[in-house]
Amino acid sequence: MTPSDPEAVRKSRQERLEVDRAARWPVGMFLGSSLFWLLAGSVLALLASIKLHNPGFLAEAGWLTFGRVRPAHLNTMAYGWLSTAGIGIGLWMLSRLCRVPIADHSSLTLAAVLWNMGNAVGTFGILRGDSTAIEWLEYPTYAAPFLLASFAFVVLAGVNLVRNRRPGHIYISQWYIFAAFFWFPMLYFTAHGLLVLLPVQAPAQPPVNWWFAHNALGLWFTPIGLAAAYYLIPKIIGRPIHSYYLSAIGFWSLAFFYAWNGMHHLIGGPYPAFLITASVVASVMMFIPVVTVAINHHFTMKGHFKALLWSPTLRFVVFGAMSYTLVSVQGSLTALRSVNHVTHFTHYTVAHAHLGVYAFASMSFFGAIYYIMPRLLEREWPSRWLIRLHFWPSAIGIAIYWLSLTHGGGLQGLELNRGTTPFMEIVELTLPYLGARSVGGSLMALGHAAFAASFIWMLARRGLQGAEATLFKRRAEEAPDTLTARS
Amino acid sequence: MNRFRWIFAGSILTFVSAWCGLVLLPVWGLGDFEQVPDPGTGEMIPPELSSLEERGRDVYVADGCIYCHSQQVHPARARTDIERGWGSRRTVARDYMNHGRAQMGTMRTGPDLSNIGVRNPSETWHFLHLYNPRITSPGSIMAPFPFLFEKRKTGAGGASPDALQLPPEFAPEEGYEVVPTEDVRALVAYLQSLKLSSYDVPEAAKARIETKP
Repeated sequence: MTPSDPEAVRKSRQERLEVDRAARWPVGMFLGSSLFWLLAGSVLALLASIKLHNPGFLAEAGWLTFGRVRPAHLNTMAYGWLSTAGIGIGLWMLSRLCRVPIADHSSLTLAAVLWNMGNAVGTFGILRGDSTAIEWLEYPTYAAPFLLASFAFVVLAGVNLVRNRRPGHIYISQWYIFAAFFWFPMLYFTAHGLLVLLPVQAPAQPPVNWWFAHNALGLWFTPIGLAAAYYLIPKIIGRPIHSYYLSAIGFWSLAFFYAWNGMHHLIGGPYPAFLITASVVASVMMFIPVVTVAINHHFTMKGHFKALLWSPTLRFVVFGAMSYTLVSVQGSLTALRSVNHVTHFTHYTVAHAHLGVYAFASMSFFGAIYYIMPRLLEREWPSRWLIRLHFWPSAIGIAIYWLSLTHGGGLQGLELNRGTTPFMEIVELTLPYLGARSVGGSLMALGHAAFAASFIWMLARRGLQGAEATLFKRRAEEAPDTLTARS
Repeated sequence: MNRFRWIFAGSILTFVSAWCGLVLLPVWGLGDFEQVPDPGTGEMIPPELSSLEERGRDVYVADGCIYCHSQQVHPARARTDIERGWGSRRTVARDYMNHGRAQMGTMRTGPDLSNIGVRNPSETWHFLHLYNPRITSPGSIMAPFPFLFEKRKTGAGGASPDALQLPPEFAPEEGYEVVPTEDVRALVAYLQSLKLSSYDVPEAAKARIETKP
């Protein structure tokens, strides 16, 4: 990474500059529009959350009823925010690591337009009453062609980068992104086909549904999030990843075990026991990829934790990586029948989902965007205070969210299993925790507003134009060279 | 050697393995149920939804009832579910064969509805409860559905027979009445049809014995 030959250093800089300039439009479009959906999803989230403790809030109109706002929130976040940002981050990293500038500008522009149209049409469809009520797949069927067509262009661009790559080592982030670019369309196509387009008989729908929904996280958001951590942690602290072999084990064990996880959402339901057991086993086996990744990241970071004090990207990404370990361990434990017997059907699951999708995936993506945007625009983030105003409310918000709903959901589950507790008492029991969720959610939304303000301010060319990166603290003497904006 | 080929092949293979196990197998094993004659009456069970009930199911889907209500006397929790009066036996896969879109659900912010047609058959109760859950169930956090009702001027001949008998604190202003729309009539018909534990399907005998307290 640090050749002593000044000519080689100059060439490598020049190469990255070309890659980033070529990525400016296509990647910038995806990242910019993902922010719009992040804000839209936050508004929908707050509405849904408030309605659970104030059911009369904005209840007159059908399009704002809880049962529509909630899936609209989930889908704008999953497909509008995370997937859109994931495509942008994935393409950029792939282009950087293959050392090839992105060439498919017009097709990717079309892809970004189609992808956003799909989200707009889908969200509108849910709110007007066309939701499918299939969890994680609520966008009505007329949104699917937009999404699938768009993704075809994305896959094509990814394949082109890989085919034209400069010879050399294939880094682990490339594995994850490349695989995820195939996994997601296969997941979506299968699930949409078997559940919405030509639905199988109702008893067979939940297994297909949860195979999809779990893998949307496991084989789509997770690989992109891990790819970002694998790429950015070594970049920022300026040392290689701890172990190549561990990262390979982590990849293959994730690919195999995660794909088999979905049925743990149906534990105890009217399905064959072997089906559920297969997923329980696979869920517990997730310890292997999770522990290997955690060890690998930890030993890469070891001795450099101080960097969290000044690097915004690193702080978000490490928060995400640690949350990945936490959410995965929690997931493996929750898949045990004895634990699931308490937590299933409760707010505990909602908390768990947010730990994965927010504390891990979203925080990692935030970090990646903080790294990518200055390189795309050749311009720095305008204010470290706005980045702080993003990080702390988001971090504290998700902590409140997770702790309150995990605790409240656990109590709810224990009481649900006590047949003599009147149902209304359980509702009352959960109310304070639902209120706390609104507090946590508001903080997260505040963080997103700061993020959006920062982003727009940066686009408006009012950011610092200098070469110095925007860090939480002025760059320390010992900070490695990789911190400058355009390395 | 082009190692991207191996990464590609490997990630497709792992994907396909799970696809066979968790998609293909359930679709084969659970996607082909048929109705059976009731041992007592000879009628085919579980019954199909009427067209009105189907429309009601669509309202149930569109307005996202599934996000708070399950529709299963959950096999693993059958004892407490039955104790709560949510059904007389656990539900089995065949019970859902005519539901079109599965609504088993994963959340119990509200009570289970698999047998709401047995537990609460009253149309009037459902109308009031859907118009504003606090009328029938004080303390409930369920969303009200005023948009499934029509608020209109009371006719010259006085209140129409369909108008809801609302308690004063929920009633509209003088001279107005609240009547159910076709959508909410269909929804209530669907809810009344939910009697999943009532049918004597072949798997039911086992489902009953297993759940004896």
